[in-house]
Formats: sequence, structure tokens, C-alpha cells
Amino acid sequence: MQAKLSIQNIYYTYPDGSEALRNITFDVQPNEVFVLFGPARSGKTTLLRLLNRLTDLIEGDTIRGVITFNGVNIAERTVDVYSLRRRISMVFAVPTPLPGSIYSNLTYGLRMAGVRDKTLLDARVHQSLEQAGLWDEVKDRLNSSAMALSGGQKQRLCLARSLALEPEVILLDNPTSGLDPISTSVVEETLRVLRERYTIIMVPHSVQQAARVADRAGFMLDGELVEVADGEQMFLHPQDQRTEDYITGRFG
Amino acid sequence: MTTAQTPAPAAADAPSRRPSEIAIEALIWLAGASTIVIVALIFYFLLREGINTFLDIPLRQLFGRRWYPIEDQFGLLPLLAGTVIVTLGAVIIAVPLGVIAAIYLGEIAPPWLREILKPLIEILAGIPSIVLGFLGWVALAPVVQRLGAPTGLTGFTGSLLLAYMALPTIISIAEDALYAVPKEYRDGSLAIGATQWQTIWRVVLPAARSGLVIAVMLGIGRVIGETMAVLMVTGNAANVPSLGLATFFSPVRTMTATIAAEMGEVAQGSLHYNVLFGIGLILFVITFLVNWLATRLVGVNSMRRKRGGGL
Ligand SMILES: Nc1ncnc2c1ncn2[C@@H]1O[C@H](COP(=O)(O)OP(=O)(O)OP(=O)(O)O)[C@@H](O)[C@H]1O
Ligand SMILES: [Mg+2]
Repeated sequence: MQAKLSIQNIYYTYPDGSEALRNITFDVQPNEVFVLFGPARSGKTTLLRLLNRLTDLIEGDTIRGVITFNGVNIAERTVDVYSLRRRISMVFAVPTPLPGSIYSNLTYGLRMAGVRDKTLLDARVHQSLEQAGLWDEVKDRLNSSAMALSGGQKQRLCLARSLALEPEVILLDNPTSGLDPISTSVVEETLRVLRERYTIIMVPHSVQQAARVADRAGFMLDGELVEVADGEQMFLHPQDQRTEDYITGRFG
Repeated sequence: MTTAQTPAPAAADAPSRRPSEIAIEALIWLAGASTIVIVALIFYFLLREGINTFLDIPLRQLFGRRWYPIEDQFGLLPLLAGTVIVTLGAVIIAVPLGVIAAIYLGEIAPPWLREILKPLIEILAGIPSIVLGFLGWVALAPVVQRLGAPTGLTGFTGSLLLAYMALPTIISIAEDALYAVPKEYRDGSLAIGATQWQTIWRVVLPAARSGLVIAVMLGIGRVIGETMAVLMVTGNAANVPSLGLATFFSPVRTMTATIAAEMGEVAQGSLHYNVLFGIGLILFVITFLVNWLATRLVGVNSMRRKRGGGL
């Protein structure tokens, strides 16, 4: 089976000279939840941003290595970065509803892609809200402001905003940061369902969460990918001493 | 403020409140109160000296087209028209330019260029208006005349000059407003495939709207209050120009310029003297209206955002 995403020998340096990623290599298979975990500043967010070329906006950085998506190099000149970002869309740690209504938030990506068909927009709004587990809570107030939602609702709104594009890959950077345990388990449950249709790469909130949701996992430390393994293997029998130290909490 | 304190806790606090704290509070209160008193006094003075304008001159004449103080003809229409034409022209030129420049500075220009341009713009804001007026007179007016106007000293020349004066204010405040928009908004938009222009247009500008309104209003405030430069380049003719494109290309005279030009020659206590204060009174009211409009616009926008407009 062809990997959904293949990351090969990636090095990334920020304009200030700090080397955020060193020789990262791993594959992500279709319809799996791949968890990238590790201590703060280990490069997880940087790696996610590279995958949908959000790093294009940074001037003066250097990238080495190759990332392929369905076998195609994403840095290829023929790849349209905007449609790439619609197929590999990203949700951030801090939920950021755009100023505007719930409905306009959800249709934003599609409208920017030129979709005007109201029936299609309505259908996608409904579908994405169902998938994100938010439909019942907001179906009666789609035209009210997205800013008035609770933290957990905003987080799922941002998830739904990505889902409305029917992407192939969803990048989630700590999607349950700042959520209470109940909202967190709603989001985790949502991920289990979404896996059937999407490929998910996620930076978890904690090792426990990583263990709960991971099909496979990669442990990152200081810009390096220390170890990649199936979830169970990773969290019960890690191969690398550094992974084990981190998982068992013997890390700084 | 001291007045806002409820008596009982204040008494309980008393031992812990140091005299220096009380003194500072009193000073702040005094500063706040004095601004109100000063504004009230200005208004009172204007009213005392200017009220005769509205009592002694029939309204029909006051809103007439003839401004000939020597013949006791005090029609304010030419001056009102001059102010409106010059201000409106300046706003039409300065607002789009200012906002676009702010977008360029804040969203597009590379950091090194921004570091050069920002201080330059702030220097522009500091040039005395009389200097700009002089530049307008020697440099700008001939250009305007070459555009086909009968003379270079027209409302349009004044508008250009005023726009130039308002630009630094508009640009730097608008840029601050754009800067205050969280980076996460931009990321959230870009991460799902919007282009940079779509992001600026659909996300950044709506999010910065109240700040942008303030930038524009402060720019207008700068323009309405300006006197010397306008006096020098607008041709100083108290006419009501005919409507059309020519409106902007005729010599005019603004209210502020009239006060500045005539106050020196007028006999104190005469009707002419009172009328000049009456004009000041009208300007005072206009300033209040602009401020009120600004607060309303800002308020309405934030309410609309809460309801979920925008985007
Ligand atoms: N815009 C930037 N410019 C320069 N250096 C950066 C930038 N963003 C991140 N870095 C650096 O790159 C390294 C990796 O940061 P990154 O945000 O990818 O880590 P992370 O694993 O996501 O951390 P966290 O768990 O705290 O979110 C850090 O040393 C960080 O200081
Ligand atoms: Mg991060």
C-alpha cells in the first residue's frame, strides 16, 4: 500500500539559524491516527506546518529532504499550495474561530476555493458538524457568532471547518489543549470515528492521550525522531531508552 | 477614583492607605477633572462670544451664499462648502491610500523594509503644517494648474495637502490595528487553503475594523482642524463652487482659514467678531459629531461581530 505521506530525511532550519528538525524519516499510512509526541520545543509543530507548507510564509528558512503526498513531492512546482492545504488541512492548539458566524466559519475554506453552490455549502456544514460532534449543540444558531461558543465547541468548530473541505489528511496540533476532561473525551471519540474516512496526524496533549488514540506513534526529542512504532508497542515496550524515560515520566 | 469608593470599606482600608497613594489619586482625579473643566470653559467662551451670530442674523442670511463682512453680509454657506469640499476630498484620497499603505507595511513588506519605512512615516507626521503649506504653494499648486484648473490654488490642492498630512496618522494607527489581529487568525485561514489576499480581505481587515475606523476618524480630525496650510493653498475665495468635477478644482475657503485670516483685522465686540466665534462654535459641534460618529461606528462594529456579521 502506498503511504499517504512519506517524510524522507527532512532537515529544517528557522531564519534565526535554529535547527528545529534533523533527519526526520517516517511514513503515514492511509486511515491511521499517527501521533507525534515529545517534550516541548522538540519540533512537533514545525513538522506539522511543513506538511502543508505553512512554512512557505517564513522567509529565510532552509528545508532539506523530501515530503511526498500520495507519492507526489509537495514541493514540486506543479503542486498548487492552496489546494494542497485543502487536502492536508491543519487545526491549531488555540482554537481560532474567524470573526463571523458559525456558518461563515464552516464555509470559509470552500468559499475561498470558489464554491458558491448554496446546497453544497449547506450539506457540507451539516456533514462536518455531525462529524465533529457539534451539530446538536449549534444547529439552531448557525448564524450567531462563532466567538460566543465555549472553548470545547470552538475547538470542534475549527475541526469541522477543516472537515468541511473533505480533506485527505487532518493535522491536529494539540486539539484538546485547555479543554475539560469531558470535552477532551468527546474530541477523542470524534477522532476514532474520523479515522474511517481521513488520515490523522496529531500532536497529543499528554502521553496518556497519545496512548489512548494512537494507531502508530513517533517520539520526538530535540528535533529528532527517536522512535516510530505501533501504539501498543510504543507505550508498553518502547525500544529506545529515551522514549522509555519520557513515557515513564523520568524526563525533565 | 475616590468618588467611586463605597464608604464602609474605605474606612476599613484607611490604616493601610498611605498618604502618597491618596495624593496620587487626587492628582489623577484633578487631571481628569481639569480636562473636563477646560473643555467646558472653551465651550462657554465660544458660546458667549459667538451666540450673537445666531441671534442677530436672520437664519436665511446666515445660510446664504454671500460672505461679505464689510457689507454685513454673513452667509456661511461658502465657508461650509469650502470645508466640506476640502475635507471630503482629503478623506477620499487619504483613507484608501492610508489603509492600503498600512496593509502593505503590516502584511506584505519584508521586515527590513518595514523597519525603514515606519520611522520615515512618523517623521512625516512631525512636519509643521506651515512648512507643508509652503511646499504645497510652491510645488503642488503649479502641478494642479497644469492639470487644467484655472488656478493652482483650489480646493483640490488643499485636499491633496491635507490628505498628505492625514496619511501618517492613518497609516500608523491602521498598522497598529492590523498588528493587533492575532497571528492565529491568519494561520487558521491559511491552513485551510485561503490565499494571503483572501486572508487579508476576509479575516484580517474585518478583525481590525474598529481600529481602522479609529484610524480614519483621527485622520479626519487632523484634516478638519487644519488651518494654515489650507489658508495658503486653497485660493481663499469665499465662493460656493458649482457642482460637478469643477467643484474640487475651484478656489474655496474653509471655516478655519476664515477665522485665521480675519480675526486679526476685526474690531472686538463687532458683529463680524461674533460671527467668527460663531464659526468656531460650529466647528466645535462638528468635531463632537465626528467623535460621536466614530464611537458609534466602533460600537456598532463590535456588536455586529458579536452577532456574527463580518467574514
Ligand atoms: N518562528 C520561529 N522562529 C524561530 N524558531 C522557532 C520558530 N518556531 C519555533 N521555533 C523553534 O523551533 C523549535 C521547535 O519548536 P516547535 O514549536 O516546533 O516545538 P513543539 O514540539 O511544537 O513544542 P511545543 O510542545 O511547546 O508546542 C524550538 O526550539 C523553537 O524555539
Ligand atoms: Mg507545538
